[in-house]
Amino acid sequence: MDAQEIIGRRVARELRTGHLVNLGIGIPTLVANYVPSDIKVFFQSENGLIGTGPIPEQGMAHPLLTDAGGRPISALPGACTFDSAMSFGLIRGGHVDVTVLGGLQVDAEGHLANWMIPGKMVPGMGGAMDLVSGAKRVIVAMQHAAKGKSKIVSKCTLPLTSSRTVDLVVTDIAVIGFPDGKATLMETAPGVTVAEVMAVTEAELVIPDTVPEMKI
Amino acid sequence: MKAISLEEAVAMIPAGASVMVGGFMGVGTPERLLDEVVRQHKTGLVLIANDAATPGKGVGKLFDAGLVSRLTASHIGLNPKAQQQMLANQIAVDLIPQGTLAERIRAGGCGLGGVLTPTGVGTTVAEGKRQIEIDGKAFLLETALRAQFALVHAFLADYLGNLAYALTARNFNPVMAMAADTVIVTAEHIVPVGVIAPDHVVTPAPLVDYLIANE
Repeated sequence: MDAQEIIGRRVARELRTGHLVNLGIGIPTLVANYVPSDIKVFFQSENGLIGTGPIPEQGMAHPLLTDAGGRPISALPGACTFDSAMSFGLIRGGHVDVTVLGGLQVDAEGHLANWMIPGKMVPGMGGAMDLVSGAKRVIVAMQHAAKGKSKIVSKCTLPLTSSRTVDLVVTDIAVIGFPDGKATLMETAPGVTVAEVMAVTEAELVIPDTVPEMKI
Repeated sequence: MKAISLEEAVAMIPAGASVMVGGFMGVGTPERLLDEVVRQHKTGLVLIANDAATPGKGVGKLFDAGLVSRLTASHIGLNPKAQQQMLANQIAVDLIPQGTLAERIRAGGCGLGGVLTPTGVGTTVAEGKRQIEIDGKAFLLETALRAQFALVHAFLADYLGNLAYALTARNFNPVMAMAADTVIVTAEHIVPVGVIAPDHVVTPAPLVDYLIANE
């Protein structure tokens, strides 16, 4: 199982029937592929759709039915559409139960930086700041390290996405939560030891007495 | 509402005008109006749009033609030309959170001076803005946005100018149709009054100043 599949499968286990869920671009998008069949959730696409379905069959794409990246998607029975003010009313208003977002850095207190690298990447924040500020639960789905550097850092050096901290971080080797506001190792991926996670994590992690293995 | 030609509609827009353009990554954008803006070479536009789309598509065409002097948007990451123009200081860019953009435009269209939003508190977005505490929670005061023109794309327009939208092509169109001095609309289908049932009208006819007539 590759890193992205581990992350996608583990995040999917956080979803519950009836949840309204917004998935960011990249690894978070993959989560939809791994939702257990007995769990029925509503996926929101912030360009104005609840009830996002899979990529359409060949020849079935509609130019006016796309995801937030402008790519063709389908809509499931019961889907509904709305304008951008409504879409972000849902997001900021606490109506979105879970958002899953990518990350550049998460720090020891749970702050997320995921929208710019000064001087290098200035794409704009899109909906990320609203999602982190307003969703009931924020889950970050990202690789534990990039180019050998830990993305779980003591303090974010990149511009923050929100002053609100995230609830859970799922990486290819660990699940990290923030009980008492401190990064805490909740689970390790199959075949990965606590010591191995600590060795590649810049932030100081709270290590509980028992750290279960990730169920994927 | 008055039905006019593309050429007449775009001729009303002076160089340097502020223009809101509906659409999200080029979906739900009035492409024919933008093609005509490029043809008439309207320079120095102050553009308000969700994003910069991609080269050759939606508002991306305005960057291809170098017609934008200032952009207010939430995301430009998928248009390398817009990024280059920003980094070369050819265009001034205000990047603002997407929900804040939608609400600022909504406020502009609804007679509000602005909105209070938690989005951006404690980030670079808060710089230079008033922070207001209500019941112990911090909010940013984000002021209303309006423009001289809104270029809107609908799925259906009836003979009076009532509008309905399709699927994810609705996005910023209805909010922008409230927030500009002059609203110009293209529609995929122009239909008799009554085809859009009263309950299904999203943008009421009195908001529409000009509808681009079929050729």
